[in-house]
Amino acid sequence: MSTSPGTASRSTRVLGLLALVSLGTTVVAGLSLPQTREQHAYSRLIAIHPPIAWAAYLALGVTGIASALYLWPRTRSRSWDLISGSSAEIGTVFLALTLVTGSIWGRPTWGVWWVWDARLTLTALLLALSLGYLALRRVPAAAGIRAQRSAIAALLMLAVVPIDHFAVDWWRTLHQDSSFERAKSNLDGTFIAAMLLGFAAMTLVYAWLLVHRYRLEQLEERLETEGLELALAERRAEANMTNAGGAT
Amino acid sequence: MGYVYAGYGITLVTLGLYSVRVVRRGRLLSRSLPPKEKTWQ
Repeated sequence: MSTSPGTASRSTRVLGLLALVSLGTTVVAGLSLPQTREQHAYSRLIAIHPPIAWAAYLALGVTGIASALYLWPRTRSRSWDLISGSSAEIGTVFLALTLVTGSIWGRPTWGVWWVWDARLTLTALLLALSLGYLALRRVPAAAGIRAQRSAIAALLMLAVVPIDHFAVDWWRTLHQDSSFERAKSNLDGTFIAAMLLGFAAMTLVYAWLLVHRYRLEQLEERLETEGLELALAERRAEANMTNAGGAT
Repeated sequence: MGYVYAGYGITLVTLGLYSVRVVRRGRLLSRSLPPKEKTWQ
């Protein structure tokens, strides 16, 4: 049994090490990719941009599933709400990174930082929705009510994910088709390998962050409950003193 | 190559800072609670 402080445990250390090694390998593999005729050196961003977007989808997917499990009376548990909140926060970080790395890739290849095409606009909408979801979780209310309204908001947010993903197929967009499909037909094995490594790395980073963030959420909730219990005890003591004073 | 380095750099710095924030806050809060509350240890 470990006595180390914080949210770490033996399993998170192993997971963290795997995440760090795979992320480091992805960076090395990505930066060593050969230049392409179409995109020159900028195609090296393929090792991180699609995997970051995947991690964002994964995080929002977990948020949605955990929310559905919270709303379902048979599986309702505080843990699902805490997992949902934790995953949404990590998803927000990955969504912001998706937009930033995409914009960085778009500037030299498209000539603009931003364009209001379906994929980019829907990803920006998802970021706005996830920020709104996080804000909703902070609105003061009873824990059950807060969890329930957050879960409904998460399911609405999840509905946008497939629309965002298939936007490149459903509408004419400046954004390229699915990176993996394109890579299979146009790019050689080194690009596919670097991208797959990136997918594994971002999944591991997400998993490591989720465990730590979930445990942090548990600590925050426990402290909030203790604070409330302390405040109630103080109120009762005050009321008893007042009653005792009135009786004498 | 500036754009490529910027993409990788921003990603690593953002994920690094967020990870440090989560871990540090966990350490800070866990000091206020007895070990039995930390079921993972």
